[in-house]
Amino acid sequence: MNDLLISLVLILVKLGLILGVVLTMAAYLVLAERKILGRMQMRYGPNRIGPGGMMQPLCDVIKLITKEDFVPERADKWLFLFAPGLTALTALLSFAVVPFAPPITLFGRQIPMVVCDLNIGLLYIFGLSSLAVYGVVLGGWASNSKYSLIGAMRGLAQMLSYELALGLALVPVVMSAKSFSLNAIVMAQADWPNMLRHPLAFTIFMVSIAAESKRTPFDMPEAENEIVAGYHTEYSGMRFGLFFVGEYINLVVIGAITTVFFLGGWHGPFLPPVIWFIVKVLFVAFLFIWARGSMPRPRYDQLMHFGWKVLIPLALLNVVVSGAISLALRS
Amino acid sequence: MATVLFYILGFTMLAATLLCITRRNPVHAVIYLVAGLFALALMFYLLGAPLVAAWQVIVYAGAIMVLFLFIIMMLGLAPQDVPEGPSWQRWGPLALLSSSIMICTLLLIFKDPMAGQQIDDFYLAPQVLGEALFSRYALAVEIVSFQLLFATIGAYMLGRPLPKGEDQ
Repeated sequence: MNDLLISLVLILVKLGLILGVVLTMAAYLVLAERKILGRMQMRYGPNRIGPGGMMQPLCDVIKLITKEDFVPERADKWLFLFAPGLTALTALLSFAVVPFAPPITLFGRQIPMVVCDLNIGLLYIFGLSSLAVYGVVLGGWASNSKYSLIGAMRGLAQMLSYELALGLALVPVVMSAKSFSLNAIVMAQADWPNMLRHPLAFTIFMVSIAAESKRTPFDMPEAENEIVAGYHTEYSGMRFGLFFVGEYINLVVIGAITTVFFLGGWHGPFLPPVIWFIVKVLFVAFLFIWARGSMPRPRYDQLMHFGWKVLIPLALLNVVVSGAISLALRS
Repeated sequence: MATVLFYILGFTMLAATLLCITRRNPVHAVIYLVAGLFALALMFYLLGAPLVAAWQVIVYAGAIMVLFLFIIMMLGLAPQDVPEGPSWQRWGPLALLSSSIMICTLLLIFKDPMAGQQIDDFYLAPQVLGEALFSRYALAVEIVSFQLLFATIGAYMLGRPLPKGEDQ
């Protein structure tokens, strides 16, 4: 009984810690993105509230909460209200299987630094990312507006197509770790990060995850100069906020899974593992912000052609080649 | 504990499926079907096959149902203008057929109610499933994948651009 209670408390503590850290990181990534983009465009970015604009996220939250939560008259009400929550939820749930440090021993108990080390962890993340489509699609359809519908259809086709390339890019990672568990994948990278072992898979992964998360340069579902704001055109107040925060939580998720799958997880010299993990996550997030500041958006048909005609065949070839290499090395 | 979970999941699954086939609005029907598929995935997890559960979510909920939604949206159905369903003369024979299947299934269950308890506790590791699929059941897997290939080629033939000068 006592043992059960301790495990329960431990899980709750870990959940609370992750929720707090991830939400804070997401809020400050919004600020970081605005500041970095500002610098790239030769301006300052937000700098009025607090020292250097540090209190800006708090003001954004207050603004979003106090705005009117508006439902268009001919919308499908329940799905309209449900969709933004789904977007934020699927992004947050992914953290359950991400190991952010090696297990530590406290009072003679070994405590793994992950909420739940599923032996199908990779597929769990993959399943959640394929469910993230529903938030976009339902939000866009339920709004009953042509811009939302076009945005939703773009998002759907794009996420469905790039998911294939994403999955295929992860096959070599699973091959070299011989497991779907994220912990095992990190352990397998003790000497070499997967980025150096599978450079092509890493490239394909980075491109397709940018498309999967609808980040610029792949933000066709919300291309503001063509379809207003795409699938969240009709949203206001905190429901828009959930879409918005979901996007930045997603950025943290992308950082975390890129770190786990390709950058060696919490492995690294000198610094403590948790610090290494956070540094790598923030570095990946910075790469995506950088890409947003420096890359133009391609046309929609170019995006789909690139996915189906270049990325997927390349990823298939990569699976065959790395499978052959690992077979040859084994015998 | 497992029994309680089983009954909760089973009830959810039946309710979701029932709601799915009675909804007028196709998007709502898809959502209920997805909920039912989720319950089914959890059922697989409960039976000790997490890999099958994960594929259930990724393939059915994440890909196939999303394609259903895509088709519904391609048809341009706004939330307010949902068409009238078919009349009872149309769906009557179908209901008769499916209820006879249902009755047969129920009869089978009542004839041998203990059949379900012969499943032992087991845990299906991903490696074991993969090995079984690609050695013992390799032929079946290949045949099924050829079926998918035929479907792909068929879809391509239907959707290919016509040569110039040729009409429908």
